[in-house]
Amino acid sequence: MSSIADWATPNPVTENRSGLIGKAVDRYEGPLKVTGTAPYAYEVEAPSPPVQGAIVTSAIARGRVAAIDTAEAEASPGVLLVWTHKTIPAQGARGARINPRSQRPSSPVMDSDEVRYFGETVAFVVADTLENARAAAALIKVTYDELWAVVDFPASLGLAENPPGEEDVRIGDFETAFAAAPVTLDETYTSPIQNHVQMEPCATTAWWDGDKVTVHTSIQMVKGGQHALAETLMIPSDDVHLLTRYIGGGFGGKGQSYDDLSLAALAARELKRPVKVAYTRQQMMLGTIHRPATIQRVRLGATPDGRLTAFALDGYTHCARDALFTEHFANFARSLYAAPNRLTGHKLVKMDLPGAGPMRAPGEASGMLSLEVAMDELAEKLGLDPIQLRLINEPERDPETGKPFSIRQLARCMNEGAQHFGWDRRNPKPGQVRDGRWWVGMGMAAAIRADYLLPAKAGARITADGTITLLQGMTDIGTGTYTILAQITAETLGVPLSQVRVEIGDSNLPPAPGSGGQFGASTAGSAALDAGMKLRVALAHLAVGDPNSPLYGASPDLVTFDDGKIRFGNQSEDLSTLVARAAPEGVYAEGSISPPADRRDVSLHTYGAHFAEVGVDMDTGEVRMRRMYGVFAAGRILNAKTAKSQITGGMIWGVGTALTETNSVDPRYGSLINQDVGGYLVPVHADIVDLDAVFLDEVDDKANPMGIKGVGELGISGAGAAIANAIYNACGVRLRDYPMTPDKVLAGLIAAGL
Amino acid sequence: MKTTMTVNGQASTLDLDPRTTLLDALREHLNLKGSKKGCDHGQCGACTVLVNGVRINSCLSLAVMHDGDAVTTIEGLGVVGALHPLQEAFLKQDAFQCGYCTPGQICSAAGMLKELADNWPSQETADLTAAIVATDAEIRERMSGNICRCSAYPQILAAIRDVVGAVA
Ligand code: FES
Ligand code: FES
Repeated sequence: MSSIADWATPNPVTENRSGLIGKAVDRYEGPLKVTGTAPYAYEVEAPSPPVQGAIVTSAIARGRVAAIDTAEAEASPGVLLVWTHKTIPAQGARGARINPRSQRPSSPVMDSDEVRYFGETVAFVVADTLENARAAAALIKVTYDELWAVVDFPASLGLAENPPGEEDVRIGDFETAFAAAPVTLDETYTSPIQNHVQMEPCATTAWWDGDKVTVHTSIQMVKGGQHALAETLMIPSDDVHLLTRYIGGGFGGKGQSYDDLSLAALAARELKRPVKVAYTRQQMMLGTIHRPATIQRVRLGATPDGRLTAFALDGYTHCARDALFTEHFANFARSLYAAPNRLTGHKLVKMDLPGAGPMRAPGEASGMLSLEVAMDELAEKLGLDPIQLRLINEPERDPETGKPFSIRQLARCMNEGAQHFGWDRRNPKPGQVRDGRWWVGMGMAAAIRADYLLPAKAGARITADGTITLLQGMTDIGTGTYTILAQITAETLGVPLSQVRVEIGDSNLPPAPGSGGQFGASTAGSAALDAGMKLRVALAHLAVGDPNSPLYGASPDLVTFDDGKIRFGNQSEDLSTLVARAAPEGVYAEGSISPPADRRDVSLHTYGAHFAEVGVDMDTGEVRMRRMYGVFAAGRILNAKTAKSQITGGMIWGVGTALTETNSVDPRYGSLINQDVGGYLVPVHADIVDLDAVFLDEVDDKANPMGIKGVGELGISGAGAAIANAIYNACGVRLRDYPMTPDKVLAGLIAAGL
Repeated sequence: MKTTMTVNGQASTLDLDPRTTLLDALREHLNLKGSKKGCDHGQCGACTVLVNGVRINSCLSLAVMHDGDAVTTIEGLGVVGALHPLQEAFLKQDAFQCGYCTPGQICSAAGMLKELADNWPSQETADLTAAIVATDAEIRERMSGNICRCSAYPQILAAIRDVVGAVA
């Protein structure tokens, strides 16, 4: 594939003859999940019953393990192994790669006495049972030489630097235009540390067979995990067989492996028996990545009729000292609104905290919380409807790069959403609508999320019974991968869904990058389509070259596939008949996708508009979501059911972001204070009342051969800002510090004399 | 300690470490891995099972406390090919994504339906003397001990609604 122009050529997915594409089919693996028979990583059947590990984590943010006393633990019942930095077997040096093609370097555990964050692994126990392992772990006594640690983000902005290789992006002359603008806004918005809180904690079951290790682990990226483990164990990556068939939530937090993977593999080797290790909920909070906090400044300059003349979004975020990551909260803004003079950028503070990393819509999820509130504030200053202000500043082309948009239906999302939601009933003056003790208000926000396509491979095999199996080292983290791969494969080969099997989550299968950045469906699906096409070609040649086939002698290019049959003119036969006769061992074909260079010449995004109605309790300041509605444009939809679940799930993350989700660092110890779901509040059933979403009809033929785009991260982008704006419209309290908890709302109400 | 429980209709006698939670007894000793461990602290509901017909967080309960009890897990509600109506409805309404909270949601919903039928009030119940109506608000309130981080809440409500039937 050399050009995106080639994607305009019809293919089985875009033609969708049997109508499977877009259809709301039930999840492929659904029956296993609703019966509790889908084995997650800690639950797989090992060759013999696994023994169980327990991890001990550090109680300081930075320093050294001065002494560690494991005597009692070692003598504790059932204990098979106790490791500290002194006794753990040799591992690849941190960051090292033996194999230059490894996607991830070595990630050793307890490789020195150094402590780099509160919650880092400092000891590890394996015992015959979990009870014995945990009891022994509790007997380990660690003392530390503590060093001064940078853990207080707002107090450490003086240490901020440009992210490596990055500078502020400037277009025109922002400062001059801002100073000259008749109407301006200059406000700062803050967002806290957030945690993924996947319901399944990280877990691994590992066993060895000679020099080869098999690991079942909960990870979004198959190859990344396989390579990281191989480097850590200092063995060839082919000697690591990594499986991740069912994953209890990822959201970006399982894009990398954690110590459970290395420890289970190392201990299984040492003990010569299967070992399983899971993080506790507390260890998930402390020892896995989080979405870092941000401090964002938005400056907008506009003409009195609402045209933006100066636009800036910049500020601060943080990451771990030796695990660079930037929450790019300003990047999306480079493609959202038109303005001739622009400034965007990030400053990064390196801190002694656990790793910061990607969490559902990294960048957009944080950045839209500021800009989309700022737009609401500016609209009020200008006396414009917030939708009107956004429409006035709709760009013709990407405002920074000048690239054409592949397709941009943001205006339609806003207009159709407004109509459906009853936006015209919103009183622009805040604090005007009461329902009993509740102030009621409406807010809206735009949504944008970049769309990516990565290289991937896939295999498709047909066996003599006519079953077609799609094979790919891809993952399904609840996103619907199994299901959409089955749909794509069935539609491509013209067979019913019941004839298709999907095997994913296995490092032995053709590699795909995994789940993340809402690129999964586009990337894995495009490769699956190509594998299906390659299988069609192979089957066509098989048929036309087989004297016993009714298609014998036909032109392979004119052969078609439908209804489980291979067909030429009025001649046809069942695929199973053909394969059973002519290739009883089955036929296998591999396909791939790699993004053509000219895909970069277009500005590719998904778009949407969020509408929210909230009630604010006039006495307590409590905010309750009452209604929420979203309209989204995300290319062709592969499965109406799973896509909608993805998008409403994202919107609900926006509710948590706006109202409850926050983690705080204890500045004394550098620990995250909220270590469980009793303290870190994610939305529950009672928080989500009336919430719905629709997709606009769309095909984006510049995005990939199927014209689809991602939906997993679009739903959260902007959602929290719509709620923040609704809070203001309800009660007149403008909050700029997320989450908008009752204490903050109440302080605003009191300050306003309400 | 010897403990005898009837699990999904079958009597089993286990010799357990008294520290073993009911959840770990099910998962590690009875090979019933459908009940999930999300927090081990009674905060998420992933481990919900029915004990003598009442839903509990099995991670918060020691197995040895259940001598003589009848435990129903997700495996006891239905199996592939013979799904419980709630399992059927969850599948149809796409009331799950990653599936990790799902067995707990379904067991919890099963327990909740019985609580409704038995007229147990909740915080949402306005009139304690009248028969309880399974409004959406009642269902949401009663299901709020089961966290779904994938946030399939609208779909879970729709699935439970399918089973409960519409209310006026
Ligand atoms: S695992 Fe029991 S409530 Fe979370
Ligand atoms: S389906 Fe993933 S947590 Fe509920």
